[in-house]
Amino acid sequence: MTDTPAPRHIPDRLDRPLSSAIFSWEALLVLVAGAIFVVNSLASPYFLDPYSLSDLTFNFTEKGLIAFAMALLIISGEIDLSVAATIALASTLMGMAVQAGADTPLLVLIGILVGLGCGAFNGLLVTRLGLPSIVVTIGTMSLFRGIAFIILGDQAYKGYPDSFAFFGQGYVWWVVSFELLLFLIAAVIYWFLLHRTSFGRRIFAIGNNPVAAQFSGVRVGRIKFVLFCLTGLMSGIASVLITSRLGSTRPSIAQGYELEVITMVVLGGISILGGAGSIVGVVLAALIMGLVTFGLGLLNVPGIVMSIFIGLLLIIVIALPIVWRRLHGGR
Amino acid sequence: MKAFLKYREVWLLAAIIVLIGLISTRFPAFADPNNLRQVFNDTSILMILALGQMVVILTRSIDLSMASNLCFTGMVVAMLNAAHPAIPIPLLIVIALAIGLVLGAVNGLLVWRLNIPSIVVTLGTLTIYRGATFVLSGGAWVNADKMSPDFIGFQRAVLLGIPVLSWIAILVIALFFVLMTRTALGRSIYAIGVNPTASVYAGIDVGRTKFIVFCISGMVGGLAGYLWISRYVIASVEVANGYELNIIAACVIGGISIAGGIGSVGGAVLGALFLGIISNALPVINISPFWQMAISGAAIILAVVLNARGERQQGRIILRKAEAA
Repeated sequence: MTDTPAPRHIPDRLDRPLSSAIFSWEALLVLVAGAIFVVNSLASPYFLDPYSLSDLTFNFTEKGLIAFAMALLIISGEIDLSVAATIALASTLMGMAVQAGADTPLLVLIGILVGLGCGAFNGLLVTRLGLPSIVVTIGTMSLFRGIAFIILGDQAYKGYPDSFAFFGQGYVWWVVSFELLLFLIAAVIYWFLLHRTSFGRRIFAIGNNPVAAQFSGVRVGRIKFVLFCLTGLMSGIASVLITSRLGSTRPSIAQGYELEVITMVVLGGISILGGAGSIVGVVLAALIMGLVTFGLGLLNVPGIVMSIFIGLLLIIVIALPIVWRRLHGGR
Repeated sequence: MKAFLKYREVWLLAAIIVLIGLISTRFPAFADPNNLRQVFNDTSILMILALGQMVVILTRSIDLSMASNLCFTGMVVAMLNAAHPAIPIPLLIVIALAIGLVLGAVNGLLVWRLNIPSIVVTLGTLTIYRGATFVLSGGAWVNADKMSPDFIGFQRAVLLGIPVLSWIAILVIALFFVLMTRTALGRSIYAIGVNPTASVYAGIDVGRTKFIVFCISGMVGGLAGYLWISRYVIASVEVANGYELNIIAACVIGGISIAGGIGSVGGAVLGALFLGIISNALPVINISPFWQMAISGAAIILAVVLNARGERQQGRIILRKAEAA
């Protein structure tokens, strides 16, 4: 019985030989990031400037924060398409609070709590009622942003307090922005959570085989619920950052972010089928997307053309190892 | 009668009739046959798209690139028409179908040959096709004054009291009905969704069938591209931005299971009609159109809660047996 091979290869082993590390997904991403970095610095003289590079980080920190939680969720076999709508709803309610005279700490609290609430709502629908998360979150995506539209219509909220601007525009030290610092701290926390705790191992177990995990004593429903709450929480935090950076709220804020976040996660080597992936990959993917967007921006390439590069990058990076394996006879 | 009530399409139809009834208590003219014909015509494009998406979802895949395909194909035919107004409209429709087919085939090949999950492939092509539209047009718009009168008028011509656009929708519905219920391909599509492993043993080429469904959804996207542009008489990069999720929403409301294998042509059509009725009704009963998004979101969640009840019970029983063992 014990000799039967595992139905799926379980990655993320703790002791890996050096050879496999060299040919790993992360190595491929480092290579891609390095290549883009070199091309960028050759293409534009303004690229290799500390202040330019600091600006670059704003392209990925907000989405990256959500991508960490989304990575855990996707590893567990679920998905959340409502993250951008959650940002819109949280931002709208923060805007309402400003009109009522709320101060900065209260605004941050509202943003984070609304995010958490949206995540918990998704989590309840998925785990309590046993619904497929992709459909539930397509629904809540319309619902959350729809509520923002009902409240705001074609109006915008402005007049955020001056101290609120720090979160999206402030610098902690030299060129290190508050957003970048938060991104790095979150990266460490999520890396530890996923790769160094039993909670993380349980997430992998659920993604590889939810039924087996259930019978092994893993509380599948509860862990998935926690992951939805985490994703909502990170969306709430991202909402505070974006609102603070823009200084205003429209119901169309962060439109399309959900697909960019998922692209980031998949590019980072997280299996969309669940059960495999690493936080290091997500950090590298965030960096790559930031580099591509910023580098092409310096060359005056319009945003929509950049999206072609992101799309191509996504497909090529996923297809490359498959083609490689096929050409070399496969494992 | 009892067997009749088991069909979820019957319940959906009942819900739609109740909805129309409720709306006509506020605005009696809504239930007028002429107005309902107008609503059907307004919803035609969404119905066509939902049918294309349905065959993909039935095989446990998803096509997120349909709206981008629509945008790209629409831009191509609009630019062709602006440059060569002499090209007859039927030929232009064939061109739109062909372009859509190519875009769909790209998705299908990546899914079939490289085994990349469809959600990843079409997430990539979603951005690529829309980006390609920008590259093609240079960001410019094609306005109504550049389109030929035929290009705009074709779908508006009235045939036997119904606009051509509605006839096209009826034709597409009929074709899909035949495909899903009267052909081997249709049965294969259902079989793959219910159990891909068993389908392989039954002699179905799963990869090739998935390739074909992406070709179908691509062609549908291409056709919808021409119809959309000639209806709203503007071609730009922003056309149908984010519409892919509306298409999936119509399928979900129509009872098509995202897990594959469950769903019908009638369901997809009724799901699209449900959304179409809501968007048509809100302005006439004096509710701000800003409510539309939240209402369709709530409708999706409600639909999936109701649809999942039957499927969930099955899973529960299996689990309970396993627990007892």
